[in-house]
Amino acid sequence: MTEPRAAVVLPLTVQTPARVFWRALRRSPLAIAGGALLVVLYSMALLAPFLAPYAESDIDREHFFHPPTPLHLRDASGRWHARPFVYGTQGGFDQRYTPDTSRRYALQWFPRGAAYRLFGVVPCDRHLFGVEPPGRIFVLGADDTGRDVWTRLLYGSQVSLTVGIVGIVISFTLGLLLGGISGYLGGWVDVVIMRGTELLLSIPGLYLIVALRGVFPLDLPSQQTYLAIVAILAFIGWAGLARVIRGMVLSLRQAEYVLAAEAMGASRLRIIVRHILPNTMSFTIVAATVAVPGYILGEVFLSFLGLGVQPPAASWGNMLNAARSQRVLTSFPWMLLAPGTAIFLTVMAFNFFGDGLRDALDPRRSAGGRG
Amino acid sequence: MRTFLLRRLLQTIPLLFGISALTFLLLKLAPGDFLATMADNPQISSATLEAMRHRFGLDRPWWVQYFLYLKNIFLHFDFGESFARHQPVFEVLRTGLGNTLLLASAAGLVTWGLAIPLGLLAAVRQYGVADRALSFAAFVWLSVPEVLSGLLLLWLAAATGWFPVGGMRDLDFEDFTAIQKLGDLLRHLALPAIVVGMVPLASRMRQMRASLLDQLKLDYVTTARAKGLPEHQVITRHALRNALNPLITLFGFTLGSLVSGSFVAETIFSWPGLGSITLEALNTHDQYLVMGSVLMASTVLIAGNLVADVLLAVADPRIRHD
Repeated sequence: MTEPRAAVVLPLTVQTPARVFWRALRRSPLAIAGGALLVVLYSMALLAPFLAPYAESDIDREHFFHPPTPLHLRDASGRWHARPFVYGTQGGFDQRYTPDTSRRYALQWFPRGAAYRLFGVVPCDRHLFGVEPPGRIFVLGADDTGRDVWTRLLYGSQVSLTVGIVGIVISFTLGLLLGGISGYLGGWVDVVIMRGTELLLSIPGLYLIVALRGVFPLDLPSQQTYLAIVAILAFIGWAGLARVIRGMVLSLRQAEYVLAAEAMGASRLRIIVRHILPNTMSFTIVAATVAVPGYILGEVFLSFLGLGVQPPAASWGNMLNAARSQRVLTSFPWMLLAPGTAIFLTVMAFNFFGDGLRDALDPRRSAGGRG
Repeated sequence: MRTFLLRRLLQTIPLLFGISALTFLLLKLAPGDFLATMADNPQISSATLEAMRHRFGLDRPWWVQYFLYLKNIFLHFDFGESFARHQPVFEVLRTGLGNTLLLASAAGLVTWGLAIPLGLLAAVRQYGVADRALSFAAFVWLSVPEVLSGLLLLWLAAATGWFPVGGMRDLDFEDFTAIQKLGDLLRHLALPAIVVGMVPLASRMRQMRASLLDQLKLDYVTTARAKGLPEHQVITRHALRNALNPLITLFGFTLGSLVSGSFVAETIFSWPGLGSITLEALNTHDQYLVMGSVLMASTVLIAGNLVADVLLAVADPRIRHD
């Protein structure tokens, strides 16, 4: 098979799509802020075991629902200390804790603690911060079994943030392929695929998610639950994209470069994947960015209903689930505020970034910018 | 118009068949045989079990089962039996659907009751302080998921006691006078309706703003101003009426999204609607009930889209003569 060759050497000043894209993106402060926040959030998920002072489900029976621990520089007798410290607390069964000012526990940088594998490979037992044992520091408070909420937020982000990315990669691959095939081949293939998407889009999203969840046993181990959730969200997500891609392919099918590729005898799959789909990329990238929060919220929704990731494994959804009782909401609001803020910030970061991307990749805009 | 309606109605039939087939498939894929779990239950007599086995043909191949399921729906309007509630599925769903539609309608009132005046304000004061503040608020609000706003309002209810924290009726509901009953229902309805109604608010507000701005650019508005009409009359009498026209079709689409959206609010505020029923049915392996409620929710969504299309056709003759 003969390959069309890029015979012309492009001049250095050429406006590659990537360069246009970056230049446009730099003009949008919101997109930069959103993107930067996403980098921070995903780095935190990656470094979770290091940033967390404790292990994921480190239960502390002495500190159920402990409020966030204040850091002090000045002790009870009025003396100042160079190194911040915390007090131990004594609590009763009513979860009211009084600080015990007789002993200080200094904040430590890089103390040894629970062993973990950094990036899943490097064995390590250093954590970013901690306090001298037996003192305990709860940056964002403790939950119903005395687990550190900050720690669980970090470990939970590993689940909640990756579900979105993995789900989107699978469903967009499906959506691109099926939409491309549907639009390019037409005929009965097109009819079958399009009726399939109509079917999926006619079932209210959350009902479909719950019904699909019924296909898997409700008491799966957390890793398999994770895979099940990704599978469910990906299965639902491809339909909407496939319809849009089909429409774009229909208009691209008659383009001269497609006819040229056909004349050269390229296979149909090759034409779809190598020639047609790349031209839908700018739309797809924006659509994917904007769609990620939907997947994250899908996991949050399932875990919130108790159908997703089960404790002791942490996810933002099951953290919200632990916060939903009246007593917890009124007495221990950090249980709601910590995961709630994390979810809000993540969704907002994706929205800002997606909006900025849309402006940057919109061909009308970039054409105007160049002219 | 009649042929348009007829064609549009006929299109929904294969869709409903498809949905029933898909839900049935999901039922078959689900792990565990629900007859086996029923057989373990001492409350269910073996005679009942036999009767059900026969009625749904559960000892026969799956395609016969699917056919029987459809036959029962068409001939007897029988969606099967809820195992956990010992009630026909349709009975359970009827109450649930009513409650969900009540919640969705109240939520619709919240959405449109806020979206139209706010969109109007933003359009009239385009690029003014109010417009900028509203568009910023809408942008931030888009990032607050329903689970979160629901829990925040639940917190408000629990902390202040201004609103009930869940359910649909007070314990003393039966002893109330008619007016007290209505008040009680509204108090229970308020928070879930706000949670559900606020979800599409931001985008509806933007659409209202854009629609009114389009109208304000047209010649007839200039004419109205030129003949000396006061500005508020130009807007309310002329521009607003035309601006609302394209939004009419959104009513139908909003219905579908409100039904889906009420799922979250129903579970947070224990509102006894379709969503709560579906969730409970899933947890108790009450599979005919799961199937029935997914089918029912989809029917509402499809009906909403149908209404939207018909309204659009009424408003725009080009579509119906297509």
